[in-house]
Amino acid sequence: MISKESIIASLNNVGPNTLYELSKRLILLIPASFDYVAPRTLDEGVKFLEKQGDDAKVLAGGHSLIPLLRFRLASPKYLVDINRIVGLEYIRESDGYLHIGSLTRYADVEASQLIQSKYQVLSDAAGHIADPLVRNMGTVGGNICHSDPANDLPATMLALGASMVALGSSGERVIPAEQFFVDTFQTALKLTELLKEIRVPVPSAHTGSAYMKLERRVGDFPIVGVAAQVKLNAQGICENVGLGLTAAGPKALKPKGAEASLRGKKPGEKEIREAANLAAQDAQPVSDLRGPAEYKREMIRVLTVRALQRALERARGGT
Amino acid sequence: MNMSRHHISVTVNGNKREADVDSRTLLVHFIRETLGLTGTHIGCDTSNCGACTVILDGKAVKSCTILAVQAEGKEMLTVEGLAKDGKLHPVQEGFWEKHGLQCGFCTPGMLMTSYWLLQKNPNPTEEEIRRGISGNLCRCTGYVKIVEAVQYAAQKMRQPEAPVPAR
Ligand SMILES: Cc1cc2nc3c(=O)[nH]c(=O)nc-3n(C[C@H](O)[C@H](O)[C@H](O)COP(=O)(O)OP(=O)(O)OC[C@H]3O[C@@H](n4cnc5c(N)ncnc54)[C@H](O)[C@@H]3O)c2cc1C
Ligand code: FES
Ligand code: FES
Repeated sequence: MISKESIIASLNNVGPNTLYELSKRLILLIPASFDYVAPRTLDEGVKFLEKQGDDAKVLAGGHSLIPLLRFRLASPKYLVDINRIVGLEYIRESDGYLHIGSLTRYADVEASQLIQSKYQVLSDAAGHIADPLVRNMGTVGGNICHSDPANDLPATMLALGASMVALGSSGERVIPAEQFFVDTFQTALKLTELLKEIRVPVPSAHTGSAYMKLERRVGDFPIVGVAAQVKLNAQGICENVGLGLTAAGPKALKPKGAEASLRGKKPGEKEIREAANLAAQDAQPVSDLRGPAEYKREMIRVLTVRALQRALERARGGT
Repeated sequence: MNMSRHHISVTVNGNKREADVDSRTLLVHFIRETLGLTGTHIGCDTSNCGACTVILDGKAVKSCTILAVQAEGKEMLTVEGLAKDGKLHPVQEGFWEKHGLQCGFCTPGMLMTSYWLLQKNPNPTEEEIRRGISGNLCRCTGYVKIVEAVQYAAQKMRQPEAPVPAR
């Protein structure tokens, strides 16, 4: 994937007066030349990556990669367009899992009745990524493989306890979300591997989930976001809790202390507040154009409360 | 095998068009420069503004964030393809009747997104319209007139035979 180092290196390349140089460099905004290939099958795609992986980038929805190419923050030798591979766009439940093909567009996730009814955190998040035009192109797999801490789906997958199915020439490998996100723009995927699908365990009864996102304006990346899934037992005791934080550190974060604090308890106002405090403590936000770190930490606390409340309402049968 | 140039064939507003393009050619540049269809605008370089919106295989997309070679074999509708036989499409008529524009720069993109929105949802609420066009930025109108234009078009398209009020 595009490493943080390579972006920093390319920014450093432009000399001392970085911004001015960069602005001159950016005037063109046309990607550097590359060779384009469009495999028709997964097998063909994987074979190509096996041979040229070090010099190649996979093109999915293109809504992160094409801007990066235009800014020349990435200039791969080969672009491997997976959009012509048949059978990479699907949403289905089988064998205890929800299977999402890596090329499935946000718009299809947003519109899926199945996802709306059982995986609300995913429809909440997908429906609030960027704008409808981006949602027609952007893919679940691309959002995850990009591993931008401001992408909405990595935290969602952490909360859902999802796994990523990677495909290489020697076969499939299943990587739990917790191990998949390594750092900013870095995942556990090898350069020779394709992400084939995402697997989410089918939730049992009395489970609810929600995503809360704070944006400066509609269509923007989040200031921060919080994903939550809660599973209750018949007595209303919390059996399991999954949380994920967006734009709260170098990568999507899983605040484990907050999750653990709710397990085995009947979640009332006090317990939720306690969990939210722990989540805010775990967050490592940085100050940037979307706000100072202290503000973001406070917003993580507030959104954790709201995401848990909404998830609990849904777990108890509301919507 | 040369993989940096490609021969592509795209159905544009009902006509088959063919050309050689570089791998790195963006669809919007292909539309404007190769096809000469300059109704599709470029308003930003950051995939934000939606001025470049076209309909590709039935979906409204930002043509500045797609490669021309990705359109190979597909059907594309640009703003030039909306009017039929010299008659404005109801969406265009809505923008005319309700004055849904000022400088007009965002208008081609707005028209294409509105067209797509109404195909999917022929009877949108105001909120659905506002959400639907949220990927298209307008620096002039404040959107009120644009929303009215889309409402006009929606009504017109639902009752195609109803008499049109005189201007
Ligand atoms: C205006 C605008 C606003 C945006 N706002 C948001 C937002 O609010 N929230 C948000 O989450 N995102 C936002 N995005 C980013 C958008 O969601 C991108 O679509 C997403 O980050 C990348 O997904 P993609 O399918 O477009 O992937 P691409 O851009 O094609 O690829 C991204 C990266 O993943 C790799 N990759 C993709 N698919 C695979 C695969 N199957 N196997 C291996 N590697 C793969 C690529 O090689 C590349 O490195 C925004 C983008 C724009 C232009
Ligand atoms: S030109 Fe602005 S989004 Fe395409
Ligand atoms: S009318 Fe001027 S930008 Fe919309």
